[in-house]
Amino acid sequence: MKTDIILAGVGGQGILSIATVLGAAALSENLYLKQAEVHGMSQRGGDVMSCLRLSSEPIAADLIPLRGADLIVSLEPMEALRYLQWLAPEGRIITNTVPFVNIPSYPDLEAILGDLEGRPGTVAFDMDAMARELGSPRSSNMILLGAASPFIAIGCDKIEEGIRTVFGAKGEKIVESNLAAFRAGRAASV
Amino acid sequence: MRIISYLCANIPPKQTYAIPLCAACRIMTETLNTMNTKRLLLGDEALALGAINAGLSGAYAYPGTPSTEILEFVQASPVARERNIHSHWSSNEKTALEEALGMSFCGKRTMVSMKHVGLNVAADPFVNSAMTGANGGMLVISADDPSMHSSQNEQDSRFYADFAIVPVLEPSDQQEAYDMGAYGFVLSEKLRIPVMVRMVTRLAHSRAVVNCQNEADAQNEISYPSNPRQWVLMPGNSRVRYRQLLEDRKEMERLSEESPFNKYTDSPDHRIGILASGIAANYVAECFKGQCPFPVLKISQYPLPKKLVARLADECEAILVAEEGQPVIESALRGLLDRGLKVYGKLDGILPRTGELTPDSVAEGVARLFPEMRDKLVPMAPEPHPLVVPRPPALCQGCGHRDVYAALNAALEDFSNPKVFGDIGCYTLGFLAPFNALDTTVDMGASITMAKGAADAGQHPAVAIIGDSTFTHSGMTGLLDAINENTPMTVIISDNLTTGMTGGQDSQGTGKLEEICLGLGTDPAHLKTIDSLPKNFEDMKRLFTEEFAYKGLSVIISRRECIQTARRHAKKK
Repeated sequence: MKTDIILAGVGGQGILSIATVLGAAALSENLYLKQAEVHGMSQRGGDVMSCLRLSSEPIAADLIPLRGADLIVSLEPMEALRYLQWLAPEGRIITNTVPFVNIPSYPDLEAILGDLEGRPGTVAFDMDAMARELGSPRSSNMILLGAASPFIAIGCDKIEEGIRTVFGAKGEKIVESNLAAFRAGRAASV
Repeated sequence: MRIISYLCANIPPKQTYAIPLCAACRIMTETLNTMNTKRLLLGDEALALGAINAGLSGAYAYPGTPSTEILEFVQASPVARERNIHSHWSSNEKTALEEALGMSFCGKRTMVSMKHVGLNVAADPFVNSAMTGANGGMLVISADDPSMHSSQNEQDSRFYADFAIVPVLEPSDQQEAYDMGAYGFVLSEKLRIPVMVRMVTRLAHSRAVVNCQNEADAQNEISYPSNPRQWVLMPGNSRVRYRQLLEDRKEMERLSEESPFNKYTDSPDHRIGILASGIAANYVAECFKGQCPFPVLKISQYPLPKKLVARLADECEAILVAEEGQPVIESALRGLLDRGLKVYGKLDGILPRTGELTPDSVAEGVARLFPEMRDKLVPMAPEPHPLVVPRPPALCQGCGHRDVYAALNAALEDFSNPKVFGDIGCYTLGFLAPFNALDTTVDMGASITMAKGAADAGQHPAVAIIGDSTFTHSGMTGLLDAINENTPMTVIISDNLTTGMTGGQDSQGTGKLEEICLGLGTDPAHLKTIDSLPKNFEDMKRLFTEEFAYKGLSVIISRRECIQTARRHAKKK
């Protein structure tokens, strides 16, 4: 069993908390995990990417090879397309559809969304709107994790446990809102 | 580890790791392993925890990507707090390394961490610490940044260790990073010399499950060097010591031959042997899905073990060297004439000469040597998507550096040829659009000194812009030069009350920048302070214009808390 995931987004959007939750879940499942992330200059509003590798067998490289990723999980639609070279032929994209426009040359959004929807298996929807409806506007990343969860080889209950572990220190209310976001994302995906 | 060492009478305490365990000890180790904890750790964190658990007494550092998380982990560690392990940031890498050397002098285990270019700053004490040697175990951790994710060059720290004659440990994964904490201290105390641990970005910033000891070993008691003359590097003492150091190198190499981290794995196809160091060994494993048909010599401890390398050379027709960073091992194997052994690597373009290695670049290298393997090793990947455009980093919205650049650019509009000398930090992003405000960025502190040199050459206006943390790191001495000559130039210290680029660590000059500048001798009439806020745009612009007109040295401190740390502080309240 293995799942290789490319987590994508813009610096400051919060892709790393997705990685942290999956990390906690992998640890309790006794899985091997490697997760390479970006620190430093790129975090200032640049494109950021993290390779997250889960496996029942030992993992060699911290980086996912080209055409090796089972999933691209992205908080931003153009960023989802940045890593297509790494997506396996049968891989799939899970992405938020809300653009993060902090550059003057941001491409035509319709074209991006059209391209994404043309790819078999893509799960793409407005996760920011869903987060607002749930009353926790900053939980888009847990909605994204929920939407990706059916395609990740870790039990749903273990991921929920991971959310409890990671957000536990912030109080029960935060845990519950993140769990609600995760479940809503999952429901929208399957 | 401690328990085992007491079991085995011929192994002194804390020396277990360097020596193969006897059967009884091995069983005991396995029992102990069940008492271990599994933790998810970055390479940086694993190394820090390994050192804490091996009886660390003090950690020293100046922040720098990708090394910052090492000291941050010590700062956050409950064990470190309980034991009062030193973990404050130092003013720069040189002061940090010397502080660590002082702790080692007193017999305690210590580590100092920095990014690769930080080792340039600390090069003087580093090279000379090989001459004094270490008393308590001392790790000098240098984190290289191939691909320059957050750096100005790709220099390889292993070169420094080679000419200083210091052993190097180069972990290939997070578990080795953890294990090398204890192993490195033992090695350092055995050889009585500091040990370099070379990290690279991909390991420093990648997380994996690490098996850790539950309890930390006891710290060393204070004890002084048995060879006190060696710590006074006067020529007479140094000449004696240098001969000994050259002699000791043989023992360093012997320990590399026996190192548990240097492994020879034989395989049937001897057309090439692969010499893979550190993290590159993982890329070789990834490329062949763990079934490499060629012999592999994995190197994680230096000096290079000549016998192991000779075996690879003797048994294979050629050697492919896969190493992260610059071609250190490859150059050594080729030598100047490169006429003997057939060597492939970065110098002949089989592997890329610049940037970090990836599983794909290693696979491509092997495929170039063995085209029949190409289909199996190198996947057909699509071209980059035409709709995707670059998204460069930028100064945050609400960042005070933005206000400084806006006002500075406006004030400089009156001049035909102004020059602005930049420095290292978030504000280096002022080079990019929309500000396009910088003419140079070289190294920590070079803004002030280069502006001075330019002013000496007749440049006007000559403006230096430097952050608060960079100023106390390496700007103060250059400012003293300019003060002593009352050089006609303007220094802007853009003070955000933190070390911003690396994530908001304490800045050593916070709250005392004015006093420092005055203390160095800045003319009080030309030391100005202003808040970098959008509403102060006109005032800032006027202040800059006035000071450009002054035919002497001005220092302007423009101040506003970093928006990132301000948010964090607001949340805490």
